[in-house]
Amino acid sequence: MSLFVFYALGALTLLAAVGVVTTRSVVYAALFLLASLIGVAGLFVLLYAEFLALVQILIYGGAIIIVILFALMLTRNTDYQTATEHRRWPFAALVSGGLLALMVTAAIGDSERYNSNERVGIDITTLGAGLFEQWAVPFEIASVLLLVALIGAIVIARSSDGEDQPEGKS
Amino acid sequence: MSVELVDLQVLSAVLFCLGLYGVLARRSAVMVLMAIELMLNAVNLNLVAIGAFGAFRDVSIVTSQVIVIFVITVAAAEVGLALAIIMRLFRRHGSVNVDEIDLLKG
Repeated sequence: MSLFVFYALGALTLLAAVGVVTTRSVVYAALFLLASLIGVAGLFVLLYAEFLALVQILIYGGAIIIVILFALMLTRNTDYQTATEHRRWPFAALVSGGLLALMVTAAIGDSERYNSNERVGIDITTLGAGLFEQWAVPFEIASVLLLVALIGAIVIARSSDGEDQPEGKS
Repeated sequence: MSVELVDLQVLSAVLFCLGLYGVLARRSAVMVLMAIELMLNAVNLNLVAIGAFGAFRDVSIVTSQVIVIFVITVAAAEVGLALAIIMRLFRRHGSVNVDEIDLLKG
């Protein structure tokens, strides 16, 4: 049963990911990315990480995809209908294919050493206690990082007068 | 038959390599950003799988899931900053293709 669910969610995730990296339209790519992220959230549920599945859908589906779609709307461009590959795409396919072969070989070769087929989960209380006791300082640093990044994004995106004159394309 | 750790590791390896191909091959900066999100998700999936199956004795479930939360936080910050830079680039150049942005080229 769990294997069937795994194959269904894995197929959704991977097919949507292939859609992200091959489709011509940027808007379709954003929607494929949403489908892929929801597939990963389902896999989190399969691994008994319900809180992470919730966070995944809320932050990625609710925030990041929306922000990407807003950016697409604000930087409207005829190029977006026909987003193309770089000239060096065979090189990219070679590199990623080689890395894939390496990682799959390593994972299958090591699978005997970790003879653990038992999945276990934790409840949200344990996760919260770990986050606020053992990981309290990194948690605070992460919140400061978010604040700094958002202030930086506002400063960068705000156009100051006369600074953004379009120049001729070279 | 039940799901094993190696199934999830192979799945996340495939997802990571698809993201890597996207980062290297796409021209639009927004597409590159989406491919980076795919790679981050592959890493998250691998971390959660390792924690849930207890593959390593010194990586507890709490550790793996807390690291995933931090990765998601950094990804959110990264997307905000990157899209601000992309908007600024678009206003200046009228294009967001990464191979046309060569201001630093001598």
